[in-house]
Amino acid sequence: MTDRPIKVLIAKPGLDGHDRGAKVLARGLRDEGFEVVYTGLRQTPEMIVTAALQEDVDVVGLSILSGAHMTLLPRVTRLLRERGLDDVLVTAGGIIPDEDVPALQAAGVAAIFGPGTTIAEVAEYIRSHVRPTGA
Amino acid sequence: MSEDRIRGAELAEAAVAGDRRALAKLLTAVENRTAIAEAAVRRLYPRAGSAHLVGITGAPGAGKSTLVAALIAEARLAGRTVAVVAVDPSSPITGGALLGDRVRMQAYATDDGVFIRSMASRGHAGGLAATSTSAATVLDAAGFDLVLLETVGTGQSEVEVAAAADTTVVLEAPDMGDEVQAIKAGLLEVADIVVVNKGDRPGAQRTAAQLRAMLTVTQAPRRAVGLQGEGDGHPLPKRPEVLITTASTGEGVPALLAALDRHRAAGRDGLVDAARLARAEAQVWAIVSERLRGRFHGGAARPATESTLRAVAEHRLDPYTAADRLLASLVDTRTSA
Repeated sequence: MTDRPIKVLIAKPGLDGHDRGAKVLARGLRDEGFEVVYTGLRQTPEMIVTAALQEDVDVVGLSILSGAHMTLLPRVTRLLRERGLDDVLVTAGGIIPDEDVPALQAAGVAAIFGPGTTIAEVAEYIRSHVRPTGA
Repeated sequence: MSEDRIRGAELAEAAVAGDRRALAKLLTAVENRTAIAEAAVRRLYPRAGSAHLVGITGAPGAGKSTLVAALIAEARLAGRTVAVVAVDPSSPITGGALLGDRVRMQAYATDDGVFIRSMASRGHAGGLAATSTSAATVLDAAGFDLVLLETVGTGQSEVEVAAAADTTVVLEAPDMGDEVQAIKAGLLEVADIVVVNKGDRPGAQRTAAQLRAMLTVTQAPRRAVGLQGEGDGHPLPKRPEVLITTASTGEGVPALLAALDRHRAAGRDGLVDAARLARAEAQVWAIVSERLRGRFHGGAARPATESTLRAVAEHRLDPYTAADRLLASLVDTRTSA
């Protein structure tokens, strides 16, 4: 009961069609013992946040390679806050230039994982930053 | 404990009042089988029972999620609200799971009349999670008209969904097997409606014709699994309708929704809704067995239970005598207490 698996939503906001990374991560986190909800390509921030709410996830992981991260990621974090999901850990991965990282962190993206990050590193980060909710 | 009861009642009331976040939290509690969930379900159960619970099952890749998405679209057109419980398997090795059913349904994610929840099976065999029926009860009480239970991709004998749902839809893909597959025991026997999906593929008509021929050569209408039938004590085989759909385009889906409605109306007119009795039986027995286990393993009874189990493991005692002893000890402690 207390060792409920951590539930993670992996989503791809925006219009790029490169979902290999998201799928590899989803599969990798499954192998690390997480319950991973994968929502597929071309998600609007509204779709992502509704899925996070309905699924009651602990973590939202956003994969984005289109360059639209400065628009889309802060929209996701703002919508999460508006809908009362401010206890959800938000992480991002993909192609995100270093100079954008501080602004994204200020917007509520807790961690940004660039190319070369291992699955084990992501899993370890999530485990040490999530407090799984019982109910 | 009473704190849990209060929290359970709060979540239950908020969920019924339309608070989707409370509903989601309550479903998490149900999945984790907490005391909060028990308190909430106790409270909600009398208010559930008006939703139509529909089970969707079939082999991996038959198109269950796509059909669920098409059914959502059709039911929304008819002005009905829809909740989905979509189950995917947990890894027996790591306990992790990849829940991918939402991919096909995300188009409806932001519709307020739709609520989709993915569940990992968490080691439960049979095609659903152990808590899927309770999750359906909560969604039913929350006021959804239609609750769709999508099983994991099933093989031949994961028939548990038949007890969890009012109406069971078994999905087949064209040319999945020969006629002998259709007359084997198992999944097809529990179908109230058989759907041959991917109707645009060659072989769909032939498959449907074969299924019709094999499934309708049975006796009169019948009752659900798990129950004693009337008369000779055997439930009679079902005579499911066989439909063809192409879920990806929506073709045939209006006819499926109509068939679901017909099946439900027929069940309501019947003297006993056999599927609901089967569900009640399955739910109550699951709780009885869980509580019995708790009695034997908890507190004072634990050492005696363990030594009995050890005796069986060492072949000093046979399992039947062991079970009789455990049950007898239960009666003794109750009368002496």
